[in-house]
Amino acid sequence: MATHAPLRPGLLPRLLTRPTASLSLLLLGGVVLVTLLLPAWLHSNPHLTSSQTFCPPDAAHPFGTDLNGRDLLARTLEGARISLLVGGTGALVSLVIGTSVGLISGYVGGRTDALLMRLVDVLYAVPRLILIILAGFLADPWLQKMLAALQGGRWVSYSKVAILVVALGCIEWLTMARIVRGQVLSLKTLPFVQAARALGQSHIRIILRHLLPNLSGIIVVYLTLTVPAVILDESFLSFLGLGVQAPQASWGTLLSDGAMALNPVHSPWWLLLFPATAMSITLLSLNFLGDALRDALAE
Amino acid sequence: MLPFLARRLASLCGVLLCVLTLTFLLLRLSPGSPFARERKLPPVIEQQLLAKYHLEGSLWTQYTEYLGDVLHGDLRLSTKYRDRSVRELLAQSLPVSALLGSTAFLLASTLGIWLGSTAAIRHHTPLDTSAMLLALALISVPTFVAGPLLVLIFSLSLGWLPVGGWNSPASLLLPAITLAGPAIAAIARLTRTSMLETLQAPFLRTARAKGLSECRVLYVHALKTALLPVISYLGPLAAQLLTGSIVVESIFNLPGTGSFFINAILNRDVFLLGGVVLVYCVLLVAMNLLVDLAYTWLDPRIRLDA
Repeated sequence: MATHAPLRPGLLPRLLTRPTASLSLLLLGGVVLVTLLLPAWLHSNPHLTSSQTFCPPDAAHPFGTDLNGRDLLARTLEGARISLLVGGTGALVSLVIGTSVGLISGYVGGRTDALLMRLVDVLYAVPRLILIILAGFLADPWLQKMLAALQGGRWVSYSKVAILVVALGCIEWLTMARIVRGQVLSLKTLPFVQAARALGQSHIRIILRHLLPNLSGIIVVYLTLTVPAVILDESFLSFLGLGVQAPQASWGTLLSDGAMALNPVHSPWWLLLFPATAMSITLLSLNFLGDALRDALAE
Repeated sequence: MLPFLARRLASLCGVLLCVLTLTFLLLRLSPGSPFARERKLPPVIEQQLLAKYHLEGSLWTQYTEYLGDVLHGDLRLSTKYRDRSVRELLAQSLPVSALLGSTAFLLASTLGIWLGSTAAIRHHTPLDTSAMLLALALISVPTFVAGPLLVLIFSLSLGWLPVGGWNSPASLLLPAITLAGPAIAAIARLTRTSMLETLQAPFLRTARAKGLSECRVLYVHALKTALLPVISYLGPLAAQLLTGSIVVESIFNLPGTGSFFINAILNRDVFLLGGVVLVYCVLLVAMNLLVDLAYTWLDPRIRLDA
């Protein structure tokens, strides 16, 4: 989006002096690397069923196996891939929408501003999961038809995930829009913006050259905080059976399977523990990173 | 005060209208019929069902008729739970959700504010760091992870508390803790940030110079001002907690309102969805009103008619 340096010079070094920030960057990098590289190295198939059901963790299956005898390590890794993908892309969608709405609302002001902000208020008032689920219903048949025409229909099973990404992005932009708008309102009264206007620069140029670079810091902070929020929403929906569909797995579906398998006679704790740990570590390091970025920016 | 309340009432009507319209239209436009079952219904019967539930004719007439009924206080019949009115369903499930929600709310606000203010007062001490670590950890463990884990530990392994259901005060405990967890963390973080700012304020120096005890300075003068942003978070939180959570209700098998939000959509139960959304919105606006009133009490400089 911004062709300029995304962070004010000095922010990254300031960030790295914080032990929690470095640690969470390291953890996050670790999670991403493991998610991308380990499946290729293990040659394990997350969809391969076997007769060894509910097998506790051992050498062959470090995370144990589930109801259908599938290897939980492979499933957790597949879940991580989908959850991270949905979180990252959803946050990017929310970034684009939130920044644009905030910029337009703050810069144009007047009636446009009032209208857009009322829209934000109304969207805040609707329980957001309702919107996501309804968007899925409306768009799914249409997208499936489109995907079926593409390359002999091999992408059809991804339509749910694609809708999830877009819908989550379209819901999670509200906070971003408010914050960007607030910043723009104060930025546009500053002398350098007025000077740019006096020099006869176009509105587009003022927005792109003068406002956006000054907003990039706060945008990055909220982007970091949106990723865990989207991951959380996705796994929440998947937990309810409304997100990623079987046989694909995400952390949410794995946790739902794990919660379902619990009963007083037999509790396969590994089904719950490993996906929960993977998810919590990821969310924790993302939240830490966002916090540290915000503090570093405020310094 | 009166003009303020009138303006608030007007904005409530506006928000309710928008939200009802949005949910009604989106759900009616979604593919699938509220009467679809495994076996296909004969067209004549389906026609009669649609007529009975006022779902025939153009979308516009359906919508305006529904709005008219809502204005008369009639939330109509649920299309899924046949012959039971939305009002009846809400009257049965809301008390459960409200009891659970208010317990969780009390737990979250007291623990969160205590944790946050203690961390701020002991800034830069191990206590501060560990309190904030705990808060971040609580935020990163979603309810659908915490719930089953708590059941696994306290009900299945230790056998201290019931697994689920709604029969004894003890069965309230685990769901309330699960529900309160992330809220405790959010409140603690907000309180700490705001308290740290307030502790720099000159009026505290005045209070100390007057010879007030440190306890009074911190917990009456500072905390009262520091709570302002926290209160504005508590408003929407209360509305959310009181209307129930589908995750907690499904994990602990509770007969609350939260599951209606999702099930009404899945069953294309337009009027049930309208009913729960209505309740949620009214609560949300009412809580925001309370927040504004609390503002004037906490900070007398704030005037509502301004």
